[in-house]
Amino acid sequence: MADQNESNSLQPQGSKDVDITSVAYEKVDQPGPKSFFVQLQGFWLTFATMFKKVNTVQYPEVKEPTAERFHGRHQLNRHPDGLEKCIGCELCAWACPADAIYVEGADNTPDNQMSPGERYGKVYQINYLRCVFCGLCIEACPTRALTMTNEYELADSTRSKLIFEKDDLLGPLRAGMLPPPHPMYPGSTDTNYYNGDVTEAHPSQEQK
Amino acid sequence: MTTTQENTTAQAVELITVVIDGFEVSVPKGTLVIRAAEKLGIQIPRFCDHPLLDPVGACRQCLVDIEINGRAFPKPQASCTIPVEPNMIIKTQLTSPVAEKAQRGVMELLLVNHPLDCPVCDKGGECPLQNQAMSTGNAETRFQGVKRTFEKPVAISSQVLLDRERCVLCARCTRFSDQIAGDPFITLNERGALQQVGIYENQPFESYFSGNTVQICPVGALTGAAYRFRARPFDLVSTPSACEHCASGCDMRTDVRRGKTLRRLAGDDASVNEEWNCDKGRWAFKYVTAVDRLITPLVRGADGVLAAASWPDALAAASAGIKGKRTAVLVGGRATTEDAYGYSKFARIALGTNDIDFRTRVTSDEERDFLAAKIVGSTTTYHDIDVADHVVLIGFEPEEESPIVFLRINKQVRKRALKVSAVATKLSIGVEKLKANFIKVAPGAESAAVTSLELTGKSVILIGERASETAGLLSTIASVADKTGAKIAWIPRRAGERGALEAGAIGSLLPGSRPVSDAAARVDIAAVWGVPTLPANPGRTTSEIIDALDSGNLDAVVIGGVDPLDMPNSATALAALKKSFVISLEIAASAVTDLADVILPVAAVTEKSGSFLNWEGRPRAFDAAVSDSLNRSDLRILSALADVMGESIALGTVTQAAREIASLGKWDGARVKLSNVAATGAKSISNNEALLTSWRRLLDLGTLQKGEANLAGTARKSVAVISPKRAQSLGVKDGDILRVSNSHGSISLPALVEDIHDDAVWVPRNSFGTQTLISLNAVHGDVVSVVKA
Repeated sequence: MADQNESNSLQPQGSKDVDITSVAYEKVDQPGPKSFFVQLQGFWLTFATMFKKVNTVQYPEVKEPTAERFHGRHQLNRHPDGLEKCIGCELCAWACPADAIYVEGADNTPDNQMSPGERYGKVYQINYLRCVFCGLCIEACPTRALTMTNEYELADSTRSKLIFEKDDLLGPLRAGMLPPPHPMYPGSTDTNYYNGDVTEAHPSQEQK
Repeated sequence: MTTTQENTTAQAVELITVVIDGFEVSVPKGTLVIRAAEKLGIQIPRFCDHPLLDPVGACRQCLVDIEINGRAFPKPQASCTIPVEPNMIIKTQLTSPVAEKAQRGVMELLLVNHPLDCPVCDKGGECPLQNQAMSTGNAETRFQGVKRTFEKPVAISSQVLLDRERCVLCARCTRFSDQIAGDPFITLNERGALQQVGIYENQPFESYFSGNTVQICPVGALTGAAYRFRARPFDLVSTPSACEHCASGCDMRTDVRRGKTLRRLAGDDASVNEEWNCDKGRWAFKYVTAVDRLITPLVRGADGVLAAASWPDALAAASAGIKGKRTAVLVGGRATTEDAYGYSKFARIALGTNDIDFRTRVTSDEERDFLAAKIVGSTTTYHDIDVADHVVLIGFEPEEESPIVFLRINKQVRKRALKVSAVATKLSIGVEKLKANFIKVAPGAESAAVTSLELTGKSVILIGERASETAGLLSTIASVADKTGAKIAWIPRRAGERGALEAGAIGSLLPGSRPVSDAAARVDIAAVWGVPTLPANPGRTTSEIIDALDSGNLDAVVIGGVDPLDMPNSATALAALKKSFVISLEIAASAVTDLADVILPVAAVTEKSGSFLNWEGRPRAFDAAVSDSLNRSDLRILSALADVMGESIALGTVTQAAREIASLGKWDGARVKLSNVAATGAKSISNNEALLTSWRRLLDLGTLQKGEANLAGTARKSVAVISPKRAQSLGVKDGDILRVSNSHGSISLPALVEDIHDDAVWVPRNSFGTQTLISLNAVHGDVVSVVKA
């Protein structure tokens, strides 16, 4: 550095400025070749592997299950009577480090009860071009509405197809569930839902 | 949220020095401990404390240890209720373990009954309780019992929802309603754990200021119906803005999510709106999105049908229609100062005329001269109301027409029993709340009452735009003010009128209060504008322009932001527009665009930058809140149109216009002389006849209130008000239907018997079921017949 400051020049050195043959060197002691048996140890590993079971899977013809807690596509869950668990609180969007989630809340009305309580998620979008599958959103969710499935096949031909809407994310209607909107279980409050008191839909919840 | 304003403005202030957490601070006598701590930057947690409300000590969150002259209070004290005393030593939670523990205890108590529903609460993310629970609360609750629950939510009006579970009983809302708005419709009921905010059964919470209670609520107990569940604070992009609804000039904040305005909040400007605004300013913003906005220019083809056109085509069509033709300009009172300046310059340079008027409403020539002689450049301010010895309201209903002026007068009435007089025909709710001296006059007979007012140099006369509807009234006010030295202020209803006046959007004035008739003034402006000469003939007024269009003396008109239904003789106005070539600059379809030949779409207030001058003449600048808008301010389009016409006005941007307005400088030449107009007095009436008086209510059928049903729900009911004497003679009691009619038409409304001049009948001017200008074509003082229907 001191030299550079003195010469006051930052020009790169030309190839003729340095003669490689004149560079000083120091002789280093090199270890000699290993003995035959030591070398054979390495070959043995290769040889033994030939008799092991093959890990390669013929994807996509053959699919292996993922690890149990693999972070895959999200799912919006339902209460046992079919009402949505999402309350549109946006805590998932708030937690998201990649700004991949967009939520708009709205009022539940007697004619349009989508989830227990006052509020539901009217718009719910996850942009899988942005999502980094970190899982902070499902940790943030106060109602366990948002969880992650093990589904990992998220590829498509356009950007817009990779923005999943609420319909794409909602879990399926299982036995005992009614498709919302429908009223809450008779005589129950949202607290009953969170306590797990509601286990299936009541016939009176079916909307004509 | 620091020391109160009065303390800083008073002259010799006695200072008291106290020690807070080991630091000395000197504050004016009477300062509360909590504010003295703020001055040092020490934040004591609080909920009920608000610098503009009386101390109450309701929440107990601000407990501190206090010692005076070596003697300590036995228990921690609420710092929001105790004024500083000499030799006080205060230890906050930062230095006193006792205060710290007390605050934690209070927080724990407050949270005992507070539901954990933050995820569904609108306040979540901007909640003082949430924040202070993090800073002063315990992470784990010790409470094992069942929380108190209430039915949720209760609609205390169509726009304010109350969730009693969340309430921490700080009494901010009830104190605001009682102390600031003067509408004590909301109160604390019951006692102990069941204490709750409630409304009176028979009186709904119909306050024009109810939105402020939502804003100052420190928890999510009061929420607005319009914003409910719409967004979280982190979704919103906030822009400081100014209110476009009236001439009060409130500082505002506009919160936008993805190009859509979701809410507006009152800004903090101590010299104008303090921290308040009215419900119209807060909630009436959907007119921008609720209506079908004009997107592209439209040109009426040879077949008489409006068709979409490109901007160059539309500007060419507009230019062809007005170039070389006798053209006038009508600009509504809602244009920004810069836009009004654009219209003013466009009329003078591109059209070569002074035929421009911003007063597209009921008006008079007397008013034009009065504005030019007395108002343009006037410097009466809110502060003059603060220090006035007598405030007189003439043709002006502060609560309905400029609510922040009402709040300011009310503050002084409450604080020092300010004397207020109202010269009016009907005693209004607002005037009653101001405990004003109600000087009852027949419509048209105001002048006599004005001359007998007791005024001094410290009095302030607040004149509404309706004063122009009585001949001779403005002349009388001017002479009374000259004689007594009282200050006068003209408070129009619309936000842009004062700015348009200063920008010269009127036939008799050039920008900067320069009279058109003054050659030196014309040379001044011509020099700034870089043109050889300016038209010297004084321009026509609105009604003269309409008459000239009707009679063929004018060929074309450029109209921006005008509702012809605001004008007297709206039918004539529409007929006149039909005959002429009309260029309309509008945001949405209106009665004018239906008749227009060329429609040029412009930006709404949230989409552009600019400024208004409020009634004081104080600039209220704002920026575009919606970022991806095209920012098509009127003046940008006028500038493009002028270019197409070959007459540049060189006002491409709002900044350019603002700079040019600033460069005009003050006019020190002679002002327009006010020629005295004789008062005519009230018209005579016969049996069954009455003199009509009316004003517009704050919440009515106004164009800028479209699309907001929740807001409309709190509008006052439409009634026809008559005096007890007339009620008796008609055999009418409250609620009976009255028919108010003349040769033009009729209005039927339920009767309300109130304090009103016996010769008069009052109906709202533009409310549901009563549009007097359209139905009756009648203004203040006109004779109508009143019968029981």
